[in-house]
Amino acid sequence: MLRLFISRCALALFVVFAISIICFLLSHVAVDPASGVAGDSATDADLEAIRLQYGFDRPLILQYGDYVAGVMRGDLGTSYLSGEPVSALIAERIPATALLACLSIAFALALAVPLGVLAALRPNSWLDRGALTLAVVGQAVPNFWAGLLLILLFGIKLQWLPISGSSTLAHFVLPAITLGSFAMPALMRLIRAGMIEVLEADYIRTARAMGLSQRAILFKYALRNAVLPVISLTAVQFGFMLGGSIIVESVFAIQGIGYLAWQSMSRSDMPVIQAIVLFISLVYIVLTLLADLLNAALDPRIREKS
Amino acid sequence: MLRHGGFMIGGGVLVLLVLVAVFAPLLAPHDPFAQSLALRIKPPFWHEASVAGHPLGTDQLGRDYLSRLIYGTRISLAVGFGAVLISGIIGITLGVVAGYFGGWVDTCIGALITTRLSLPVVLVALAVVAVVGGSLTVVLLVIGLLLWDQFAVVARTATQQLRHAEFVASARAMGASRMHVMCREILPNIRAPLTVVATVEMANAVLIEAALSFLGLGVQAPLPSWGLMLSEGKNFMFFNPWVITLPGLCLFVLALSINLLGDGLRDVQEGGR
Repeated sequence: MLRLFISRCALALFVVFAISIICFLLSHVAVDPASGVAGDSATDADLEAIRLQYGFDRPLILQYGDYVAGVMRGDLGTSYLSGEPVSALIAERIPATALLACLSIAFALALAVPLGVLAALRPNSWLDRGALTLAVVGQAVPNFWAGLLLILLFGIKLQWLPISGSSTLAHFVLPAITLGSFAMPALMRLIRAGMIEVLEADYIRTARAMGLSQRAILFKYALRNAVLPVISLTAVQFGFMLGGSIIVESVFAIQGIGYLAWQSMSRSDMPVIQAIVLFISLVYIVLTLLADLLNAALDPRIREKS
Repeated sequence: MLRHGGFMIGGGVLVLLVLVAVFAPLLAPHDPFAQSLALRIKPPFWHEASVAGHPLGTDQLGRDYLSRLIYGTRISLAVGFGAVLISGIIGITLGVVAGYFGGWVDTCIGALITTRLSLPVVLVALAVVAVVGGSLTVVLLVIGLLLWDQFAVVARTATQQLRHAEFVASARAMGASRMHVMCREILPNIRAPLTVVATVEMANAVLIEAALSFLGLGVQAPLPSWGLMLSEGKNFMFFNPWVITLPGLCLFVLALSINLLGDGLRDVQEGGR
């Protein structure tokens, strides 16, 4: 377990390092940071002065060192547009995106677990085929289109739900359905496949032979074992949702990190963009690391394999 | 394979869409770029206010919607095939090398794969387009350079399983170079799972292009990208819902046909084992 822990942490550290370089390149090399600070009206003399003042004329490796030191202190740079610290901009947007991602995952799991289990209980039945068809269809729907259709149906035609903004919980219903239904198919397939495999195992036959009720077999024996890979995938999907939130948030005008990213993109506000890439990647790395460790803690076979 | 319903439907629709893309100039009733101020936002044929000659109506600049949808097939398919070609070459090379050599090579490539997986694709693609500027080529390249992870993961696992196979050992014993073994012995034998990955990633690439264009940081106007049409249409959708249902439906049908094809391939492979 300790060896696994160390090797996974080392890998996570390497990935953080690699991603920090990508983000640094994005904000310091891909665009001229001096012209970003100065704005469009700056003269060459202004740019030169800014380069000297901010140290953009120094070797990149030193600038990268400063960048990393800043990130460690929680200083992610300053927005070109608003002049506010990027960390503050992101911090105030975290609650909306976190709420959206949690609701979406909850929605996806609430559909995926029962559907996956029911489909696995009767493979090749109409229910199983229906669930798989739903998965194939769901995976092919572009999520921004689904969002627009939901707006047309529930927002405009039926007028049940608000379609834009993030002030109340009701504002999150349609976005969470949009984002969650994109994650649902993969989760459902995994639960179904896991359950089918587990239900064929000898210990389930033994449990049946011992006369345990179907319900006890399902929930106490089968689901518990089938759910292991789902932990990893949920972590992965959660990361995808943070990344995918940019589309859904821009459709529904939710004031989250994704919306901030989109606003910054259209105005080339690089410090904000690189900070969001860094932040979402870090969340993903931490989540997958935790999922791996949790899996190892729950499943001795994974521990021994390493 | 020919008896698999999903495979046949998916493959059939995809072939049809490829034909539509190839013969777009012959099929489109109008020039997809020709504007007409008098004919802005005219509804499709089932609507009583529709105008003759524009069976699927016109957009906010009076351009024929059917023609734009037909030409849009070209953009989506170009991105789909192009991006998969690029990502396939990168991912399969990395995966086969990692799986064949193992050891520290595998560790390094594994770390590279993990790094790529940690990057949010849409966000990074958007950031690159924001820096470089949006165009069809940029979008195609960026998506291709980002989507190689699954190719690498699958190629690596499949190669690891074959590394110690007898035919690989005998090829080595006969004096075949490592390059030869990887390209001629291993690659043909891991083709099947990689084809399935290719379909998944192609559908992915199509949807990502549409998402980037929808957000205004992808293919640029006046090109008739379906994602861009959705973005332009969303300001008019409240009174004219068809401006967003039609391009979205095209995207959905294309992605669905690719997914059905991939699912069919997977079923046939698993059934054959």
